[in-house]
Amino acid sequence: MSTGQIILSFLAGLLPLALLAYGLGRRRALTVAGGQDRALHSRPGFYGWYAVVLMAAPAVALALLAALLELLGLIDAPETLILAAALALAAGGLWTAERTIQPGLRARNIVEGAVRWLLITAASVSILTTLGILLSILLEAMRFFQMVNIWEFLTGTTWSPDTAFLGGAGRGGEGQAEAEFGSVPLFAGTFMITAIAMAVAVPIGLLSAIFLSEYAPLRVRGAVKPALEVLAGIPTVVYGFFAAITVAPLVVDVATALGLEASYQNALTPGIVMGIMIIPFISSLSDDVISAIPMRMREGSFALGATPSETIKHILLPAALPGIVSAFILGVSRALGETMIVVMAAGLRPNLTANPLESMTTVTVRIVDALTGDQEFSSPETLSAFALGLVLFLITLVLNTVALIIVRRFQQQYE
Amino acid sequence: MQMPQPNDNPGDPEGVVARSSMGAAELREGSDTVEGEDRPQSTPAPGVTRAPEVGGGSEAAEPTHPTKVDVRGLSLWYGDTQALFDVSLRIPEKDVTALIGPSGCGKSTFLRCINRMNDLISAVTIRGQLLLDEADVYGSEVDVVQLRSRVGMVFQQPNPFPKSIYENVAYAPRIHGLAKKGAEMDELVETSLRKAGLWKEVSDRLSMPGTALSGGQQQRLCIARAIAVNPDVILMDEPASALDPVATATIEELIDELRSNYTIIIVTHNMQQAARVARYTAFFHLGEVIEFDDTDTIFTNPSQKRTEDYITGRFG
Amino acid sequence: MAANLQAEKRIRQRYRREQRFKALCIGAITLAILFIFVFFADIIQRGYTAFYQAQIQVEVTYDERSLEIPAAAVSEEVRPLVSRGFLRQVPGHVQSDPDLKGRTVTRWVTADTGVNQYLKDAHTGLSPQEKATVDKLHEAGRIEFAFNTNFFTRGDSKMPEMAGIKSAVVGTILTLAVTMAVAFPLGLMSAVYLEEFATDNRFTRFIEVNINNLAAVPSILYGLLGLAIFINFLGVPRSSALAGGLTLALMTLPIIIISTRAALRAVPDSIREGAFGVGASRLQMVTHHVLPLSLPGILTGSIIGMAQAMGETAPLLLVGMMAFIPSAPDGVTEPATVLPAQIFTWASMPQRAFDELTAAGILVLLAVLLTLNATAVLLRKRFERRW
Repeated sequence: MSTGQIILSFLAGLLPLALLAYGLGRRRALTVAGGQDRALHSRPGFYGWYAVVLMAAPAVALALLAALLELLGLIDAPETLILAAALALAAGGLWTAERTIQPGLRARNIVEGAVRWLLITAASVSILTTLGILLSILLEAMRFFQMVNIWEFLTGTTWSPDTAFLGGAGRGGEGQAEAEFGSVPLFAGTFMITAIAMAVAVPIGLLSAIFLSEYAPLRVRGAVKPALEVLAGIPTVVYGFFAAITVAPLVVDVATALGLEASYQNALTPGIVMGIMIIPFISSLSDDVISAIPMRMREGSFALGATPSETIKHILLPAALPGIVSAFILGVSRALGETMIVVMAAGLRPNLTANPLESMTTVTVRIVDALTGDQEFSSPETLSAFALGLVLFLITLVLNTVALIIVRRFQQQYE
Repeated sequence: MQMPQPNDNPGDPEGVVARSSMGAAELREGSDTVEGEDRPQSTPAPGVTRAPEVGGGSEAAEPTHPTKVDVRGLSLWYGDTQALFDVSLRIPEKDVTALIGPSGCGKSTFLRCINRMNDLISAVTIRGQLLLDEADVYGSEVDVVQLRSRVGMVFQQPNPFPKSIYENVAYAPRIHGLAKKGAEMDELVETSLRKAGLWKEVSDRLSMPGTALSGGQQQRLCIARAIAVNPDVILMDEPASALDPVATATIEELIDELRSNYTIIIVTHNMQQAARVARYTAFFHLGEVIEFDDTDTIFTNPSQKRTEDYITGRFG
Repeated sequence: MAANLQAEKRIRQRYRREQRFKALCIGAITLAILFIFVFFADIIQRGYTAFYQAQIQVEVTYDERSLEIPAAAVSEEVRPLVSRGFLRQVPGHVQSDPDLKGRTVTRWVTADTGVNQYLKDAHTGLSPQEKATVDKLHEAGRIEFAFNTNFFTRGDSKMPEMAGIKSAVVGTILTLAVTMAVAFPLGLMSAVYLEEFATDNRFTRFIEVNINNLAAVPSILYGLLGLAIFINFLGVPRSSALAGGLTLALMTLPIIIISTRAALRAVPDSIREGAFGVGASRLQMVTHHVLPLSLPGILTGSIIGMAQAMGETAPLLLVGMMAFIPSAPDGVTEPATVLPAQIFTWASMPQRAFDELTAAGILVLLAVLLTLNATAVLLRKRFERRW
């Protein structure tokens, strides 16, 4: 039996049992109360749920425990046995419930307690996810760092894993150069494209936000704001296509007209398009913080004879600065981790250069490239994706945390 | 933010005239009316015609100072709702004039006409004339920015900028180019804070944020901020309503000190405060000026029944 | 007087600055709006041609020979003009309808991509001779454009004229079904716990910080997680809708939690106090009062989360959902692809004919996403309650 079938048959056994338990529990409660539900501590339905809880909780716990132990390789029991044991446990729970139901039983409190635990479990999934991301990346990255020196990885300026690929394919040791995993060119490319993106997004996004919150009549604001939000809803793969097929030739044409030489996979193209993608992000966050500044600040400034732009520059922007800075940081974090645009429009070749018209690659491009190839999973190149992912995770984690702290400070300011 | 043209409002002129005759009192000095002067682009509004004098038994107060703000038949609409009906007033120079009346009577709206703060609301239409030093505030050649540097304003809620105390005061002189950085500005900041009676309390912590001061101090900071550009007129919109009694007394003392140098127009819902600080008082009701006279006369011998009812607490 | 003049000058200068600044702001917003127009115009102009396709009227001979060599079913002249995809189906036609055997039928069939491209004035690989034939047949009315049904009824293909989005659409539906089946209940329960049950202690704050951080983690890292945990550790089949759906579920979870919490918070405490006041338990208070009142907000947030998951590509590439899928998957454990991944695959195809398919796929995706978002906005407008 496959995993899916086991889960299905488990649920197939459990769901009818749950229905049965609810009905039995409810009827049992009414019976022991002599048909007078006022005599019961809780409403009859709660006794039904009580029976369901008592029936399902041990069975599910056993099934999960067994699955976990199995995965960790600690036990090796046949699945059908576990399945049968779990269902037997469920029947036992049901029997216990039937026996314990009495008018004085505080079924509601027990059910509420069970629900609370169910909710806590659900809320903990977010912690498990973070832990999962961290562990999965960390463990594989550790394997990588056993093969490659971490210091070399962080400071090396050459990224040429191709020979490692040969090694992975069993053709290593034929005297070619050692594979090198110096990630500096990848991060340089990532930061270059991020910088271009922010150079596009910040001025346009911020000035748009100022226009929307301070200059635009209500009707214009009502029409333009949703239009900008359309930009935010466009999938990144679409931006990537647009970058590769429309913007890249345009950039090359313009560069040629200016007498410059540009690669079709230049860094400028994904940078510009990523900037456009981030505009609504910057503008809506900035708009929120600028609009949150109380009207009396504007009145105070206008009453002193300041023009709107003086009010904006001297009063509103300084007051909104923390919010704008955190919008900027979140924008940077998003640009660093953006994948599809660079996969489709940036190059594959690691290139340490300051010229944005040259082709360069980024961290996310290399991650995708390493994991969508045909190498076996334990080859250094594949594992290098996790090392890159680890660094990316840490950088964005720090950026997001800083942004959250700044934004919380800002919110407290006007409370 | 477009300037509402005085002559393009949708109101009914007949109605305005009819209402205006009911009793907009005004302080008269000379008897000459300068109808439609310096308003080339607009026909004189119907409300400008003088309302009959309703001074009653008492002779109109003889002002010791010339008129600073001369309002002639001012009407104002928020969209389709009329908020001011043909207001006419002559506010004398270098003294304190109080505007009293029940909530929603239009006194704050009127105050905000004087420095054109109502321009910030887009659906406002204004008709009539409002002269500052004989020049129409709503004239086409008038510059709002310049106007507001001559007419300062203090708001109900103290609204210091989220900047240092020093920067709060230095802000207006800086944007108007009144003082250079350094010693000149330091001096101006100090003078303004001294005039506002705040210097002693804050001289050692000028770099502290203005928002960290107490409510009364914040309000005096806002006054210092307003007088830093040396305006002619200071508008105060219930400046003490958000303050405790002690801070209110300090503000009232300050107003008393400033009266010899500035024309102060103060909106208040507190009649005792008007009696304490103002030389003249105008009583607003339902968007009209019912009576305008010496504060003493208004409080002791009002000529209008409605004024008396309000003063004695029968409504409002 | 000099001072006065200076003041005048200064005022003018300040107004010029004001004008400049305002113009700058207007310029910025115009640029952003202009981009939206350029973008949509560009995609539409590239993609709309894919919705119609050249059809060619040929005589198909279902004889013994053509059953063995399907290309022989049509005359040599038009052979290069007919889609090879159609020719491959010839034996199948006879199998499903034995009466056809031995007969010659005149029918409209899908033309080769070369004909398509030539008639759409695009680059084509046809020889001059073939071009002449196409022109002749076109004039004779034997080559005509028709609605491209293949695009909606077929899966991926190496032949542009036979390629369609059906398998990607089915894959998307399966994947999103998995995503929402996992993320919606988990997200709802987490949000209810955090808003209605949890006390403000260190554990709660830790969960909150976690959720906020997860919402901003780059999506590709979820791909690494999916690859390491779901595929390598739990043994979920690679490329399957299950693997992709679970990965997207973890990504969508924080979005749903955050928006659900906002919806719950919008319900005023007076409602809760009222429920407690008549002796409701906490669970009854939540299920009888708070949840029904916040349902529109919760649904809005979930739709937006789903739209976001629907447009996501990067994590799915890592769990292998960019495979070549010619026929729609039957279940969540079979190899599948999704619409954005199909777009990515087509965008990297060397043939120019795939460009218009890519753009057309984008148009379909955008139409669905815009509809979803518009539904969410309408839902919010329609049921929004001001307290």
